[in-house]
Amino acid sequence: MNRRQKKQKAAHITATIYTVLLMIFIYVPVAVMIVYSFNNSRVNMVWSGFTTKYYAMLFQDSELWGIFGITLLVALLATALGVIIGTLGAVGLKDAKFPGSKFISESIYFPIVIPEIVLAVALLLLFDATGMKLGFGTIVIGNTTLILPYVYITVRARLVGMDPSIEEASLDLGADRFYTFIHITLPAIVPGVLSGAFMSFSLVLDELIVTSFLTSAEITTLPIRVYSMVKKGVSPEINALTTIIFAVCMAGVLVYLIRDQIQMRKIRKEREAEAKWPA
Amino acid sequence: MKKKDMQPKPKARRDKKTAKARLASIVMNGPITIWSILFIIVPVIILAVMSFMSKGPLGIVVYKPTLENYRNIFSSMYFNVIKESLIIAFWTTVLTILIGYPFAAIMAKMKAKTSSLFMILLMIPMWVSGLVIIYSFVILFNQSGILNTILMKIGLISKPLNMLYNHFSVTVGMLYMFMPFSVLPMYSSIEKLDPALIEASKDLGAGPVRTFFKVQLPLTAPGIFAAVLLTFIPCIGYYMVTDMLGGGTNMMIGNLIYRQFTISRNWPFGAALAMVLAIVILLMVWIYKKVGGNLDDLG
Repeated sequence: MNRRQKKQKAAHITATIYTVLLMIFIYVPVAVMIVYSFNNSRVNMVWSGFTTKYYAMLFQDSELWGIFGITLLVALLATALGVIIGTLGAVGLKDAKFPGSKFISESIYFPIVIPEIVLAVALLLLFDATGMKLGFGTIVIGNTTLILPYVYITVRARLVGMDPSIEEASLDLGADRFYTFIHITLPAIVPGVLSGAFMSFSLVLDELIVTSFLTSAEITTLPIRVYSMVKKGVSPEINALTTIIFAVCMAGVLVYLIRDQIQMRKIRKEREAEAKWPA
Repeated sequence: MKKKDMQPKPKARRDKKTAKARLASIVMNGPITIWSILFIIVPVIILAVMSFMSKGPLGIVVYKPTLENYRNIFSSMYFNVIKESLIIAFWTTVLTILIGYPFAAIMAKMKAKTSSLFMILLMIPMWVSGLVIIYSFVILFNQSGILNTILMKIGLISKPLNMLYNHFSVTVGMLYMFMPFSVLPMYSSIEKLDPALIEASKDLGAGPVRTFFKVQLPLTAPGIFAAVLLTFIPCIGYYMVTDMLGGGTNMMIGNLIYRQFTISRNWPFGAALAMVLAIVILLMVWIYKKVGGNLDDLG
């Protein structure tokens, strides 16, 4: 082994150790969260025996499921609104020339360049000034505003990479703007729309600041419930719920990986077959 | 579009076309324009106006312009909170970059499949629920917690360490919360870097340290700056981590603002605090744009 190879090997080992350490930092708290979902104690601070009763309780806790339902509904509505408005806007504003269009497209970035709490406060003041009652509607509006720039940015990134002559060709050949949008633009930007939607959905599920400023006492989302519990100590029930969500996410990743592996194997086999019997 | 306009066309058909084009433009631009005026621009104007109002008895807002709120911010008690927030946000950002950059560089050398797997692994905990997982640090760090127990068992310490409810626990929590998202812009800037430039520097006799500081670091600076903003902006306004891991002693600007709208019911002062926060951040973003940063990288 010469010096260069030795150096490369050392670098590889260092990289591996670094990765492992970082994953430990990320996953030790996750492991603690999972283990303490089996903790036999109401206030989840110290370990006091194994139990699965919190999982059983979780499935009977209609209040918590109600909260979970509201959280999902808010996330779905805000994502749908954000995706529709953001996608249309990204396509439209790309070559819009109406007065103030530049200002509008700059202002869309505002929710991500300022801390969330500023947006939350500003919206609270708006709803207060207009006499709008805080509750489900205001939460959806707040979350939609928060995710709008994410959709806008991911869609715009796809548009920038797109050849404008394709759209122009469609228009030149007599298709109108709607037809062109549905048949030419939309298929090209679908990956951007999807990743924007996915990002938005997961963001809203875990959103706390905007929601807690804009909600009423009657409407609670999961993050707000968790946060209010924190002061008294998180109940193992919340851990159980988070563990289940975590397991579902991990299963999703696993399925994706396995499917990928199978596809790769298929491609490799096909290639080998082609190599044996050249067509 | 331009080319088409130049072609002569029957007048009636062109009119129909422009009407249709106008309708399309309204359908596409209308919703986002209305939304951003109603829910971004107008609220921010109201916030700015509110920050100059005065507070009446029982938390009622009195519409009498004053500079009192801004003067109050610079009084010692509140100024300390701002200083404290800046310190915590600063250390979180520094640690995020120092820990995240090497990992971004490691990922950039991996196969595309492996690196995207690690990216997912890095982000899943945050996607699932950052808050619940952050609470694990209370279990890990408290006096009779897991970490203290282990350290005492192996005899490294004789009495439990104070790890919870101080700067340390808050910074670790913040780091956990915001590092995963900051790795992404650094990763993409390192990945875009042409390896030939690194090779060239090495061939020309520069050592690895010099190559890193003179070639790689300047070329990946936009990614680092994006990561700085991605950590600093949410960190400084985020009050949950300090509530959970700071034990009420460490306050961030976020906690202070939240308090004005709940317990203290001093909306004008809360608005002034939010304005100061927004202005400081916008100044940073402006610098970021000036040095060639792209706002799209912050998404």
